[in-house]
Amino acid sequence: MSALRPLDKLPGLNTATILLVGTEDALLQQLADSMLKADCTSELKVHLARSLPLPCSVNRPRIDLIVFVVNLHSKLSLQSVEESLCHLDAAFFLGKVAFLATGAGRDSHCSIHRNTVVKLAHTYRSPLLFCDLEIEDFRAAMAQRLVRLLQICAGHVPGVSALNLLSLMRGSENPSLEDL
Amino acid sequence: MDETLAEFFRRTILKIPMTEMMTILKTWNFLSENQLQTVNFRQRKESIVQDLVLLCEENRASLNDAAHLDIIYTQFHRHQKIWDVFQMSKAPGDDIDLFDMEQFKSSFKKILQRALKNVTVSFRDAEENSVWIRIAWGTQYKKPNQYKPAYVVYYSQTPYAFTSSSRLKSNLPLLGQSFETHNCTTSLQEGSLGLNINMDSRIIHENKVEKERVQRVTQEIFGDYPQPRLEFAQYKLETKFKSDLNGGILAEREEPLRCLVKFSSPHLLEALKSLAPAGIADAPLSPLLTCIPNKGKNYFKIRDK
Repeated sequence: MSALRPLDKLPGLNTATILLVGTEDALLQQLADSMLKADCTSELKVHLARSLPLPCSVNRPRIDLIVFVVNLHSKLSLQSVEESLCHLDAAFFLGKVAFLATGAGRDSHCSIHRNTVVKLAHTYRSPLLFCDLEIEDFRAAMAQRLVRLLQICAGHVPGVSALNLLSLMRGSENPSLEDL
Repeated sequence: MDETLAEFFRRTILKIPMTEMMTILKTWNFLSENQLQTVNFRQRKESIVQDLVLLCEENRASLNDAAHLDIIYTQFHRHQKIWDVFQMSKAPGDDIDLFDMEQFKSSFKKILQRALKNVTVSFRDAEENSVWIRIAWGTQYKKPNQYKPAYVVYYSQTPYAFTSSSRLKSNLPLLGQSFETHNCTTSLQEGSLGLNINMDSRIIHENKVEKERVQRVTQEIFGDYPQPRLEFAQYKLETKFKSDLNGGILAEREEPLRCLVKFSSPHLLEALKSLAPAGIADAPLSPLLTCIPNKGKNYFKIRDK
């Protein structure tokens, strides 16, 4: 059973690898397609997984960023993410993990409260992004944003590291987290 | 027209459901628009069929025309038959032959007719370079039985042929032989097999094995064909309350709780079928949901055993 570690492999030349974790394969696939269409100077690789731990049999490159996708319409998706988080090495939470919540636009379909994911992201000290992945334009914008995040986490942007980014994002996005 | 042929027309047309009648007759294109307009389609079905048979007689319909109608009917109802698939392989060293449909049809027919005196062979071209072949088998002394034909569907650009189960299994080698002279080695077109490969190699599915397992389990439970259209399923529960938590108000209650759960959807069974592949539920689904087609009911009462 291999726990994922952020620095146990050498990076590939100009390669950045993202791992998307979520129960709804169709959403992950669409997001992956959108990311590959985005502008990027680095070579991108997208791995899709339903949950952690990952199967040992796959020969995979170093993972630079992990995004956990939670569908607010599905309790199962949240439960699966919570269980997966236990199988992640603590070092990943230094800027190489992000949470993405989808489905907030259709409030009547939500069975998970917005604050639940806010608390989850706060517990793991990682940024939380909201995006309705089913809507193409929003998805494309989020994909571009994730690509940029990924490049930073892979060390392709000089002067900015994943840890720098984490403190930058924390400051501007979640000012009232301490109140929760 | 002789009586047996007229009877064959009558029975073939009678098989066609009224909802498909006009579509099939128009596809057949043997009776003209004007002729069809003279038929009163509001009568009882037997009378409509009688009128149509009379029109066929007027047009001097032949056995070949009847066979065409039969092929069209079968094409509309292909899902009601069980099909076997045969793959042809090329012997090493053979040259690539250029395929000509008309030549194939004529030599196929000749081979069968040479071997068996009494056989009816008819062809109809269909989509994607395919041809439907209808074969009515007879014996040396008996005329072909038109009511139990075999069908072969051959996609000419592929090495595959599909045959519907034929009562006379002994004729299979003969069919195989008539194909031997016409095998094809051009590679399969992806479109005709409906392949759904993710062409982008930059996307890697970590849980491929699990995905395949889910697909397999779903296919085992639901099959490959479209599900029957159902709009709701209702479960009446009369069970005692079960809880993981120790204690709680309802845990001690002896009487069963009454609860009604209703699932509704424009196409419920297709929705259930897509739950596991979409990642919304685990596979296999609860047997309470998957037993609906088997049990043939959608109202359930569930009690503690």
